[in-house]
Amino acid sequence: MKIGVFICYCGENIGRTVDCAAVAQACASIPGVAVSVDYKYMCSDPGQNLIINAIREHRLDGVVVGSCSPHMHEKTFRKACSNAGLNPFMFEMANLREHCSWIHDDIAVGTAKSIDLVRIAVEKVKRNEPLTPIRVPVTKRALVIGGGISGIQAALDIAGAGFQVVLVEKEPSIGGHMSQLSETFPTLDCSQCILTPRMVEVYQHPNITLMSYSEVEKVEGFIGNFSVTIRRKARSVRADLCTGCGDCVQKCPIKKKAYSEFEEGLAFRPAMYVPFPQAVPNIPVIDRAVCTYYKTGKCQACVKACGRGAIDFEQQDEFVTEAVGAIVVATGYKLYTIDKKPDDSQYKGYGEYGYGVYKDVIDGLQFERLASASGPTGGEIRRPSDKAVPKKIVFIQCVGSRDESKGFSYCSKICCMYTAKHAMLYKHKVHEGEAYVFYMDIRSGGKGYEEFVRRAIEEDHVKYIRGRVSRIYEKDGKYIVRGEDTIAGMQVEIDADMVVLATAMVPQPESAVLAQKLGIAYDNHGYFVEVHPKLRPVECSTGGIFLAGACHSPRDIPESVSMASAAAAKALVLFGSDVLEREPVVAKVNESTCAGCFYCQKVCAYNAVERREIRDRAGNLRKVVAYVNEGLCQGCGTCNATCPSKSVELIGFTDEQLYAEIHALA
Amino acid sequence: MNIGYFPGCSLTGTSKEYDMSLREVLAALDVRLDEIADWSCCGASSAHVTNHLLSVALPARNLQLAKEQGMAEVMAPCAACYNRLVSAQHEIATRPELKGRVEYVLEQKIDGAVTVLNIIELFQRIGTDAIAAKKTLDLDGMTVACYYGCLLVRPAALLGFDDAEQPQSMEALIAATGAKTVDWNFKTECCGAAHSIARTDIVVDLSKKILDDARAHGADAVIVACPMCHSNLDMRQRKMKNAADGHADIPVLYLTELIGLALGIEHKKLGLDLHFINPGPLLARAARKEVAA
Repeated sequence: MKIGVFICYCGENIGRTVDCAAVAQACASIPGVAVSVDYKYMCSDPGQNLIINAIREHRLDGVVVGSCSPHMHEKTFRKACSNAGLNPFMFEMANLREHCSWIHDDIAVGTAKSIDLVRIAVEKVKRNEPLTPIRVPVTKRALVIGGGISGIQAALDIAGAGFQVVLVEKEPSIGGHMSQLSETFPTLDCSQCILTPRMVEVYQHPNITLMSYSEVEKVEGFIGNFSVTIRRKARSVRADLCTGCGDCVQKCPIKKKAYSEFEEGLAFRPAMYVPFPQAVPNIPVIDRAVCTYYKTGKCQACVKACGRGAIDFEQQDEFVTEAVGAIVVATGYKLYTIDKKPDDSQYKGYGEYGYGVYKDVIDGLQFERLASASGPTGGEIRRPSDKAVPKKIVFIQCVGSRDESKGFSYCSKICCMYTAKHAMLYKHKVHEGEAYVFYMDIRSGGKGYEEFVRRAIEEDHVKYIRGRVSRIYEKDGKYIVRGEDTIAGMQVEIDADMVVLATAMVPQPESAVLAQKLGIAYDNHGYFVEVHPKLRPVECSTGGIFLAGACHSPRDIPESVSMASAAAAKALVLFGSDVLEREPVVAKVNESTCAGCFYCQKVCAYNAVERREIRDRAGNLRKVVAYVNEGLCQGCGTCNATCPSKSVELIGFTDEQLYAEIHALA
Repeated sequence: MNIGYFPGCSLTGTSKEYDMSLREVLAALDVRLDEIADWSCCGASSAHVTNHLLSVALPARNLQLAKEQGMAEVMAPCAACYNRLVSAQHEIATRPELKGRVEYVLEQKIDGAVTVLNIIELFQRIGTDAIAAKKTLDLDGMTVACYYGCLLVRPAALLGFDDAEQPQSMEALIAATGAKTVDWNFKTECCGAAHSIARTDIVVDLSKKILDDARAHGADAVIVACPMCHSNLDMRQRKMKNAADGHADIPVLYLTELIGLALGIEHKKLGLDLHFINPGPLLARAARKEVAA
């Protein structure tokens, strides 16, 4: 074999602590090395030409570049090799910068270590095989999970580019939390007024198939080739016949057995219900848990009311399978519950604020409903217990957020802004009312955000108190809010009529289950994790799956919409090509030695290991062995390490190659 | 059942009646107390505000003694003792460097842990069924406020048996005696604790708020499980009074005394005559009803 070694100075980066010329000279004597040179910037055009010319001149069949991290320039040098006619996988990189020069200050040490690093790479490249990238076709359809503003935006963007989208929403209507909001910061425009046209657009878009009241059941396949099974939950109403007239809802006699999810428990809804008047689709659902028919078989008021015969008590959940090439996950958030102490959790809740014992201690979304013109009070701020207009409201920020001892370490990001908005809306509606806000810091980064908070303080005279609240207790019909004013350095007690807790944003409770179905990463809170926090913020580590909105981290509407458009753009990039190329670094099973124990299948995080039957010519089953689906395999090597009979190899990182690297040091 | 016993200083002095009633009640429930021989200060009050090492070394010494005397579990009835023992054990277990320093000053090795229980955990272990079975007097004429104070259910990070902000465990035990409990606001408010001597004014102020709230919610006694709480709420009650208030006395009983009453133990043996606020009138009302055999 003829191997070329190219040592880069990276300006002073490597050159300062490694004698690059000496490294090149020493490496020339490694067996198999035909040429060994050094150059100031190997990644520059002249540097690359140096490599290309050497490959041609010396007829090299292996190349080692001693420079920076492969993350930085592996692609660059592989391309150079390829341009010179050498298989790009006959190239190895020795990291003389991050692994050597940046962490040492002694030239002698750095130089000796660099020679070792190059020797290792040379031994590896000697055992490399020419490889070709894996090519897979792309199904140019997208699945969007979640029909809140993020999912709506992503679906509209992808559909607008001319591709088919399946939008799955678990609730009976799309719209998400944004449909519950009264006004939005920092402009105070009506949330529903800007949202509902987009909901209708989704419903009418020829490229969007909307599956409301549906959930993702199973996900198979890989980037460009997913097969998704969706459970279409039984509405007990036939969507093909229903006209959305609402007669059945009117006639349903079970009016006060179930709290309205949309009204955040501040009002009842019938057993037969549409979540809110502008729901899309405008098709009701029967809540079987409270419906009399499902309990006693007696009531059929809705059947009598329906002129179309659309009620179908026997309807079953249906399962449909959709082939898609990309998935946008936009499952959003919910609020940390103040109702009661969660049973299972590592966080301890807020007994000092009453765990929902006090009816007039509510959370932010409940306040949104109280302030909303379409809400249970018609937009008048009235407290839940006795419907009185509260004369004094205390808002408490950071309930659960930024509180590692009882809640979560993170900042929920939107609460500073919506609390300012709430206080402002209250003052606009109850002019003589007093609004107090307890805060830790005011985090109002964003266009027009700081100005908005200042408006609340200066124009609407909301009283901000920096400090935490230690206890809320009831006394003579008032809620005594006891806290600390850390600026004045004193305790304060406010006798409020109502308290609004800005509780932390948390991911949907099923997010971990969904992540496992999708094979994507999630953090200890249940938020989905991106590949790179700065440069690949909407992509998952599993190819072809993208993130949008608050399922990734707490986000407000503008950020969610931007992220959704970014996720859509990433899906469209994928749809830009007919065939996908990916690195051939995948696991391969030696079928002759595989004993079929399938430990590899158990440890594979990507569901890439399948079972394959080996039959003789007569068709008799000889044995069952493991088989790695190249499309799914991410080349992590876990199966390789687990296999008891050493029957799995990671192509490009075989045991032989790795042992050779270790021996090179011995 | 045998259990190690760490009385702590209060139970040999200011809260002698806590010790008396504890021994009586446990004897009646067939629990034998093995007092740690040669026990010393737990490190509460003075030690833990002046010297951190001392506040860890003192409990470590006592627990090591318990260990050496063959006790697997130690019960500390005083909330402050309990808090010190649990906290010190946790610190030693999680900070090897501190453990080394403690061993150095104690001139002995600390090996292994002893399970530390407080009075509520012990009664939970005994079980409400066992208490109800031995009950001779139904206390349903009494309505009480359970006062946990600041230490009994803390440190929250280490204790799993109750919620630090909305505790309910004492109520569950008291249900076995027949007495009614009230939902009130100040279960875990500060009574002023060790400021009792130096800043009596603060203690009087804080303790008054607690008693006022208990009264306002309909309690005719406050139940405690901490000597410090007891002395502040009981002894300082006279000072809280002013003409404008006209408040009636509200007796402050130890949890063990209340259970002792239900078990039919003589008032004197429970030390009920040792309180500043005489519980006599209340007990006279409550003691009328005997459990039908």
